[in-house]
Amino acid sequence: MSETAEAQVVAKEPKEPLFSKKNKKLLSDPLNDDNPITIQVLGICSALAITVQLKPTFVMSVSVLFVMIGGNLIVSWLRNLIPSRVRIIVQLVIVATLVILVDQVLKAYLYDVSKQLSVFVGLIITNCIIMGRLEAFALGNKAWPSFLDAIGNAAGYAWIMLAVAFARELFGSGTLWGFQIVPDFLYDFGYADNGLMILPPMALITVGIIIWVQRSKNTKLIEEN
Amino acid sequence: MEYVNIFVKSIFVDNMIFAYFLGMCSYLAVSKTVKTGVGLGAAVIFVLGITVPINYLLENYVLKEGALVWLGEEFATVDLSFLSFIMFIAVIASMVQLVEMAVEKFAPALYGALGIFLPLIAVNCSILGGSLFMQERQYANIAEATVFGLGSGVGWFLAIVAIAAIREKIKYSNVPAPLRGLGITFILTGLMGIAFMSFMGIEL
Repeated sequence: MSETAEAQVVAKEPKEPLFSKKNKKLLSDPLNDDNPITIQVLGICSALAITVQLKPTFVMSVSVLFVMIGGNLIVSWLRNLIPSRVRIIVQLVIVATLVILVDQVLKAYLYDVSKQLSVFVGLIITNCIIMGRLEAFALGNKAWPSFLDAIGNAAGYAWIMLAVAFARELFGSGTLWGFQIVPDFLYDFGYADNGLMILPPMALITVGIIIWVQRSKNTKLIEEN
Repeated sequence: MEYVNIFVKSIFVDNMIFAYFLGMCSYLAVSKTVKTGVGLGAAVIFVLGITVPINYLLENYVLKEGALVWLGEEFATVDLSFLSFIMFIAVIASMVQLVEMAVEKFAPALYGALGIFLPLIAVNCSILGGSLFMQERQYANIAEATVFGLGSGVGWFLAIVAIAAIREKIKYSNVPAPLRGLGITFILTGLMGIAFMSFMGIEL
């Protein structure tokens, strides 16, 4: 888990309004300055393979949001009861239970999407974004900030995923959410879909380009080497 | 021959990193130097080679529909496969702990080399991914599952050593400032993935 995530753990304060400045920062930081994917490098594992189309990406983002909120809340309520030596196993069991819930719901109501996501729903368990936030934040903070942190990070994850999926589906198959976007007459003129965009390596390159754009706008994020 | 085929396929065609992006987090975080890359890669081979066969036994004698038939006829319709995530991850987390203790006791030199990487591995997606792919692909016997586990580990090892070597060299190149570090690593991995796609369809 990265150092920025560690450094961010907020000191406890007696009383503060629900949306104090600090709490707002918890929501807004992960969207840009402390994005889980492009800055903290968390949660890349199960994310990239499912960004071929918008719909499964959206379903995946919602699943991650649910698991993160549930996991962060439960761990933060239990944080004083969990012995620190076995905390990884306890966290894994909590997350695994939530993921089983998501998996069964998807199988019941969205069977085709669930088939498309295949093992990647299960891999939410080891998605480092969830474990990372549990370790770095929920273990040391009260429930409400943890809840906000979960929403912020899940949203930061979601917008990168949706941006990648948007580019890949638009250029790869000329559709968005399954509807054709590129008009027929362009194809008649000889426009062709870029087959490379559908293949897994282009997901990485797309994220690389997003990082490039983000860091050239926000120069304080540039790394040494 | 079947075993060699599974082995080669799991290294090159179904490479954990380049085909499925599994274990990307530690792959990106620990690939700054070749030495740490080799350490983490070896630990992954080790843990995959142990957990995949154990989870195979668990899948076939406890979780699958009808797998409990050895307990008696009335268990033939029990299907526990919805429990597989939690069982697999429990096995992996406890195996990692066990392996860590065993290695510390019996092979201190190996422990010195792998030490800090072993706890990281419990949350490495490629380990759980290995077990889930094993479940999805339905290998015929435990030997095939073991070979698949080892092969996936070797594929992961190759990938992390290769990217670590490239990252060591790229320090001497003039990469555009916003791309330095993470960005260029993503793009490099993508390009390597395209190269690895040329192995597609290989069968021995």
